Amino acid sequence: MILDLPRFVSAERVYWNELQARLDRLRLEPGWRMTVAEIERLHYLYERCSADLVRLDTFATEPHLRAYVESLVSRAYAEIHETRAPAGKIRWGASIAAFPRAFRRHLGAFRLAVGLTLAGCAFGWFAVRTDPDAKAVLMPFEGLMQSPGKRVAQEEGMQTDPLHGHKASFSAQLMTHNIQVTVMTMAAGITWGVGTIILLFYNGVILGAVAADYVGAGDGQFLAGWLLPHGAIEIPAILLGGQAGFVLAGALIGWGVRSTRAERLRAVAHDLLAIALGAACLLVWAGIVEAFISQYHQPVLPYALKIAFGILEMAALAIFLSRVGRA
Amino acid sequence: MTAARASALRIKTPEGVVFSLRLASPVLRALAWGVDALVLAAAATAIKQGARLFAMLGSDLAGALTVILYFAASMAYAMIFEWYWRGQTLGKRLLGLRVVDAQGLRLRPAQVVLRNLLRAIDFLPGAYLVGVTACLASRKCQRLGDLAANTVVVREAQLVEPDVEQIAPVKYNSLAAFPHLAARLRSRVRPEAVRVAVTALAMRDGYEPRARMELFGELAGYFRALVAFPEAAVEGLTDEQYVRSAVRAIYGK
Repeated sequence: MILDLPRFVSAERVYWNELQARLDRLRLEPGWRMTVAEIERLHYLYERCSADLVRLDTFATEPHLRAYVESLVSRAYAEIHETRAPAGKIRWGASIAAFPRAFRRHLGAFRLAVGLTLAGCAFGWFAVRTDPDAKAVLMPFEGLMQSPGKRVAQEEGMQTDPLHGHKASFSAQLMTHNIQVTVMTMAAGITWGVGTIILLFYNGVILGAVAADYVGAGDGQFLAGWLLPHGAIEIPAILLGGQAGFVLAGALIGWGVRSTRAERLRAVAHDLLAIALGAACLLVWAGIVEAFISQYHQPVLPYALKIAFGILEMAALAIFLSRVGRA
Repeated sequence: MTAARASALRIKTPEGVVFSLRLASPVLRALAWGVDALVLAAAATAIKQGARLFAMLGSDLAGALTVILYFAASMAYAMIFEWYWRGQTLGKRLLGLRVVDAQGLRLRPAQVVLRNLLRAIDFLPGAYLVGVTACLASRKCQRLGDLAANTVVVREAQLVEPDVEQIAPVKYNSLAAFPHLAARLRSRVRPEAVRVAVTALAMRDGYEPRARMELFGELAGYFRALVAFPEAAVEGLTDEQYVRSAVRAIYGK
């Protein structure tokens, strides 16, 4: 078919402009709900532009014009052929329940994250107990370098509040840092899970080494009182990040699944989002607790109280993840 | 192994229409990211200034708010803009780029969040080295975040019509007197050749005389080979005039 391009453009431009205006409105007003007549009109314009695109295929002298009509058709196609439900108003109840549901759907990935962290803990414990000099390599943090006994004596004998005047800033820094670590643990799943494995194992090594150091020095109670109030939430949150990383890796690898990689990734996208956001919320809480409770020791806050608080938090989290959102 | 790079993503609709989305190059994406980085830097400055207002609540609270607001801005900037502007941040909008679903469908919130969370990996070890490498190695120019979220970044097309009167001004087009031959020329000519001819005409005054003669000589030879116009129509036309008349005939002028 041979077209007279100027006549064709002048005849069709009105429809292209109308389609573009409707698509622009959809872009600028995500909440716009079309009436049946408007949907029918959009569909008509889409079909008309699609036909124009086919006609332009037979007259290829103007690639820019073709690209423009293609752009319109592709945008209209995305609006018309989308079969997934539109994202409406946020329903908080359903959103909160989505997190534990996603967690339960991928329990195997969580168990793997726990297993790797425990393996790291065992390694860290063994390394520090057999070679105390390994501490400097495994825990490159200034605060952990001094001997546990000295630190306990220092913390318990403190007369003034070392965090006075910057508790809130400290809490904010803890929150943002821990969220970054968790996001990284999740995102590392894109390396077919290798990055997630390394991060979880390394976290476990640090935990195990710290535990070996303090328990070996007879300061296990101090350690539990220091770590449990925030760690009861922070450590599971990082494990959740690891779980999300393994879910992502599983979708990429797709063992024993016949669907395409794109389909597998699409299937787990919402669960990844729910777990990542849930873990981030937990870390906000952990950051507050770490700055306002964990840093205060006996006699200001009795260890028994801190340990009980940590156990309570852990129980509440376990109940939330195992019960909420069940039919 | 580097996959063969595609310049466009081709999608076939259920109606049988095939359309393609032009994929954005890593260079364009880097420029868009540069604009977004500037926006974030401006936001950081604004947050710092804003924190001075919070200082009346106490320096500790002001410090905490600064840390949280900056973190939230850096994490949520791209997510919010890409969701509300359907795949565009300020940088992408300026550069005419858009994030779309790799199947051509509408972008979902989970996709937007996922591709942006994975920036943490794409950014490693600095300046998006992993992301750029992934883009260069990927057939659809996808960074790892795009791969996980099943998205691609495409270039948006605008309605651009060449100003034929400006680039090829002639009072009388002798080729237009033979509409059936002009139509045959339109149907046979390759789009790339028309694009070259239009560009050559637009820039004709900038060429060296010799280069100008050679270029229009080659173009005229190409157009002449496609359709033979009667001698009366082409008599006395230089190569450049012939190309000009051919372009006008192609655009129906």
